[in-house]
Amino acid sequence: MTTKTPVDAPSEPRDAAPVATRADAASAIPKPTKTAKRRRSIPLRVRSGMWLSYLILVGLALVYIYPFIVSVSASFKTDAEATQNPLAIVPETITFAAYERLFGDVPFGLWAGNTILISVIVTLGRVFFDSLAGYALSRLKFRGRTIVFVGFIAVLSVPGVVLLIPRFLILQQLGLYDTYAGMIIPLLSTAAGVFIMKQFFDSIPDSVEEAARIDGAGSFRTFWTIVLPMARPALVTLFILSFQGSWNELGHFIVSRQSPELNTLTTGVASLVSGQLGQGNQFPLQLAAAVLMTIPVAILFFVFQRRIMNTTAGAEKG
Amino acid sequence: MSASAQGPRRGGGIRRGEARAGWLFVTPAVGLVVVFLVIPIVLAFWVSFSDWNGFQSPLNPRVNFVGLENYAAITVDPGLDQQNFGTSVRNNLWYVVFVVPLQTIIALLLAVQVNRAVLRGRGFFRTAFYFPSVTSTVAIVIVFQFLFTASGAVNAVLAFFGISGPNWLNDPNGIFHNIAAGVGITSPPPALEAAGPLGVTWWDWLAGPSVAMSSLIVLAIFTTSGTFMLLFLAALQSIGAEIDEAALMDGSGPIRKFFSITLPMLRPTLFTVLTLGLIGSWQVFDQIYVLGGATAGGTISTPAFLAYNTSFDELKWGQGAAIAFILFVFIILLTLLQRWILKEREPGRRRRISREPDAAAGSVGADPADRALPSGAGTHEGSRS
Repeated sequence: MTTKTPVDAPSEPRDAAPVATRADAASAIPKPTKTAKRRRSIPLRVRSGMWLSYLILVGLALVYIYPFIVSVSASFKTDAEATQNPLAIVPETITFAAYERLFGDVPFGLWAGNTILISVIVTLGRVFFDSLAGYALSRLKFRGRTIVFVGFIAVLSVPGVVLLIPRFLILQQLGLYDTYAGMIIPLLSTAAGVFIMKQFFDSIPDSVEEAARIDGAGSFRTFWTIVLPMARPALVTLFILSFQGSWNELGHFIVSRQSPELNTLTTGVASLVSGQLGQGNQFPLQLAAAVLMTIPVAILFFVFQRRIMNTTAGAEKG
Repeated sequence: MSASAQGPRRGGGIRRGEARAGWLFVTPAVGLVVVFLVIPIVLAFWVSFSDWNGFQSPLNPRVNFVGLENYAAITVDPGLDQQNFGTSVRNNLWYVVFVVPLQTIIALLLAVQVNRAVLRGRGFFRTAFYFPSVTSTVAIVIVFQFLFTASGAVNAVLAFFGISGPNWLNDPNGIFHNIAAGVGITSPPPALEAAGPLGVTWWDWLAGPSVAMSSLIVLAIFTTSGTFMLLFLAALQSIGAEIDEAALMDGSGPIRKFFSITLPMLRPTLFTVLTLGLIGSWQVFDQIYVLGGATAGGTISTPAFLAYNTSFDELKWGQGAAIAFILFVFIILLTLLQRWILKEREPGRRRRISREPDAAAGSVGADPADRALPSGAGTHEGSRS
């Protein structure tokens, strides 16, 4: 790492920050004379460390972003150009052929419709059932509560991939295989969601509900009108996780259906990759599909990015 | 509240009806877990001891109990099934060996860089690194297939440096075999020709990840490092500036400071990240499914994929279920080990600076953090890592 900088940049945050702004605005080249005049205390080494740090970050950010940029661009290229000139950002000839094919030759609209339908129902279901159960486990005293909670904790550690065969077996037994019900119902609640909600309800004081209770409101009424509105932050978190999770879900939809009409975006687009369409000259089509299926999650991500990123951090905090 | 009007009429204690409501509230969630998780697992457990071939119900009377036959076929009986299983374990083992340390180091590097106090545009960088973690594996695989195709972007960049890149995703050669070939060793030395565990020769065990698998290793790092970066960032922010300043007063340079101060303080998080990575990397499925497990001579197949493939494509349901159960037990053991270690160290961790989070996070879960991982709150989290 920054071997040549004996003094680390963050050590003088307040002093160094304006320098960053200034140089940032000016150009990529630091201006030693100017900064030296303003802040004699910042040695050259600190500044060079800072620039090295920027350089590393910009390089890394390029590695992380460039694949997406090239993909979007290639989806507007002709098949031949996408293959011959994969690195170019601006297509020589911009064509919407891939997108047209996606809605012509390929039932992309149907897949998208299925995914939207399933994701909306699953998200609403998870938010409702998980907060209901989380509330009960946090607030209501009933016999067996501890056992139920321990059960949920145990379920948390069951790895998703080993459920593929079991899920198929039960859906077949119940006659739900290859139906919307079979694709939706098993996803309607997750132990993790229950856990997140329970943790949240544990953190808010129960004085408010006590008042409602003394007023004689029933448990569900208290939950629905008093507690749930207070749980907005946790609900939003759960909403984001559920929507993103069900939108991107692949495994369950592989084992719960087989009819082409029930394809979701994930299974449908996956079939484009492994499918008979032939590889190599299909990149614009596949990439167009990938781009379109990413847009909703990307929008959600950019709208709620602060919350999403704090969520993961929050998970760490238990 | 209008409810107040009914209050006196109802009477009884204020906790009246609570037990009933409690059960009522948890019933949907508990029911779903029982019907779509507990019972299915029991059912699959039975199938793993049966000769069910996929027709009719696995509970119909013509299905026979075959004891440990399915387990034996993949572990001890010499044959193709054993070899396939052995190969998939080999593939996944190398995958884990490379993915877990690399994603941890890169996540840490990203976090340390992004955390710099002087940094402007921190939000931008954080977003850039985290974005791959929220996109669907299917989309990412398509992007990677495009980048790593023989005439793709990666090889174009390599060509710029005068290197002719391989046909990444279709190249079954192990990277250690390639290195050996580079120094003139193309066939196994006699000592390694013997069959090793699970019907795979020692020479093949030592092949390393195939070139195709290496591309998937890059993919895994690409998609998970952002998530783990966030875990490290949270921990770094709790370390606080005083410590930094103290280190500076003592005159320690950044490298020294990193290794003797930052890293030790990050140890709980480091442990969490390593174990989450370890647990997740044994569940890799989605990308193998999308690419098709048969590509690159079966060198990207993993036990998770093999379990699926054996059941759904080859219709050897018992064997597929047996593979899934071996994987299940293995992952549960890893999880229990993680929780146990975190619990062990908790009482000793009463230092002022490090908050208590990690122990709590670990003991409940592996998962909440995991759920926030790329594949999200679905049933397959971790399957991409």
